Amino acid sequence: MTDWESVQESPEFTELRRRLRVFVFPMTALFLLWYLLYVLLADYAHGFMSTKLFGNITVGLVFGLLQFVSTFVITGLYVRYANRRLDPVADEIRARVEAEPGR
Amino acid sequence: MTAAAGVEGSNSTLNIVIFLIFVAITLVIVFRASRTTKTASDYYAAGRAFTGPQNGIAISGDYLSAASFLGIAGAIAVNGYDGFLYSIGFLVAWLVALLLVAELLRNTGKFTMGDVLAFRMRQTPVRAAAAVSTLAVSLFYLLAQMAGAGGLVNLLLGISGEAGQDVVIAVVGVIMILYVLIGGMKGTTWVQIIKAALLIAGAFAMTLWVLGKYGFSLSDLFQAAVDKGGKALLDPGKQYGKTGTTKLDFLSLGIALVLGTAGLPHVLMRFYTVPTARDARRSVVWAIVLIGVFYLFTLVLGYGAGALVGPDRISKAPGTTNAAAPLLALELGGPVLLGFISAVAFATILAVVAGLTITASASFAHDVYANVLKKGQVSTGGEVRVARVTALVIGALAIAGGILAKSQNVAFLVALAFAVAASANLPTILYSLFWKRFNTQGALWSIYGGLLVTIVLIVFSPAVSGKPVDPKTGKSASMVQGVDFHWFPLDNPGLVSIPAAFLLGWLGTILSKERNSAKYAEMEVRALTGAGAEKAVAP
Repeated sequence: MTDWESVQESPEFTELRRRLRVFVFPMTALFLLWYLLYVLLADYAHGFMSTKLFGNITVGLVFGLLQFVSTFVITGLYVRYANRRLDPVADEIRARVEAEPGR
Repeated sequence: MTAAAGVEGSNSTLNIVIFLIFVAITLVIVFRASRTTKTASDYYAAGRAFTGPQNGIAISGDYLSAASFLGIAGAIAVNGYDGFLYSIGFLVAWLVALLLVAELLRNTGKFTMGDVLAFRMRQTPVRAAAAVSTLAVSLFYLLAQMAGAGGLVNLLLGISGEAGQDVVIAVVGVIMILYVLIGGMKGTTWVQIIKAALLIAGAFAMTLWVLGKYGFSLSDLFQAAVDKGGKALLDPGKQYGKTGTTKLDFLSLGIALVLGTAGLPHVLMRFYTVPTARDARRSVVWAIVLIGVFYLFTLVLGYGAGALVGPDRISKAPGTTNAAAPLLALELGGPVLLGFISAVAFATILAVVAGLTITASASFAHDVYANVLKKGQVSTGGEVRVARVTALVIGALAIAGGILAKSQNVAFLVALAFAVAASANLPTILYSLFWKRFNTQGALWSIYGGLLVTIVLIVFSPAVSGKPVDPKTGKSASMVQGVDFHWFPLDNPGLVSIPAAFLLGWLGTILSKERNSAKYAEMEVRALTGAGAEKAVAP
């Protein structure tokens, strides 16, 4: 039987959890607040959002398209972070756990 | 040729023929997939053998329902900017799935959301609760799709008679049941992949076509839309900006959209069809790109329909706003393009209802039958048999519900499905994955509490009763006519129900003494590292 609690308390695992949480929690807060700001502006600041920047392109449209951009950028950042900072540590711990006898 | 009430200029026979070709091709593929479907893992999770990109395309096929294709394009054509707001919520929501849910869920579960909860809690009650909310969300969503099918029949095939529409709804339901019974998850996934490819390719071609007409200038396209539909099309607030209540309602909807996606059971189940958590991550990345690009297309298509067809003609067509994209197709490419887009719209309904049906049947067979009723003492063959029977029952319910609901105003059902997913499922999943102290009572309170609060608020909302009667049609926009028992002011309950469910989950947890640190240790290590996760079966 794997002693899961001792794996959980190991410094490698603690570091993996720290790395995961330090990225995903602030990033989630960030994109949710950014989305909420957008929804509130579109909902309550009609004048501002209707301002024309050039031609018929309004502030609201640019804000909306920026939500697409930020979604794509955060996706890319997370994939890069996970590949470099999470996967190697996770693989190492998994290999150790699965190599233990009795599993 | 009796193109009675359909879109003028449409060729119903052509539309039906193109749709039948799609059905024939997909049925062949489904039959081929059935040859390798033997175990429960094959039936529920396609042997976990799909690649990340394949699953990502299937996810977008599952997610881009007729509501998001026809509905959003139409909303943009008629209400302008406010229609665009929907698509942004639908897209940003995927970051919740990517960052917090997909990989950890893939590593800890087997087939259903109940698996994740049952990992460290008391099996019987949490699996029953997970199944109740899964079935609730699936049925609400299913009913909305099937009711939409009735409207589409009228719009695209020109069949306006009661009996004719009922027959088409039944045919759609039977084909969907065939996909699920024969092909299981593998067949369903291929249907979704083909449908997504057709939908995105069709939308891409139309987008280029529209942009080409305006010299690839968005600004000129908007000008043309404004010339036909008025300046308000470019500004937010045309649909939701009327009063303080409608503004609050929009805020509530926006929150439910962004938090609901990662709690939709048919989306969660897709993460089990790939071999590893890394492939689950890759699937979400593909899904985000495809869904994002598709919503950018709908922006152009919506304003394009506003400019080339015009809001007046759209509002007068059968199916009103849903007719915007088909009418645009007709304007651009004549009956052939309309036939293609119509067939894709039907394929969309088929693929989405098939995904919902397999999810609901898996939840019943795996959580309720195998683990609650039989306490795990059941053969794989027995469990899959029960899943197939359940799929048959759910399919029959969907047909009956679709026929009953086709003339009802059930637009609120999709919002309800998202609100339940965001209120009952998401808090429970997040607590379960990230909070050590979380326990059985907390899970039960957040699931049942979230479900109950959402349903009660919807029943007593203006979506169900009490909207003022429109003098033009003589009907109220609520589902129930003639009575008014609403006391909750908003159509969308998310603003209240989501915080309430998070609070209930926390309160239920701290009021119970149950702790299981050892099991949480195992779950957390497995979730983050993939140790001992369910493997793919060799094809």
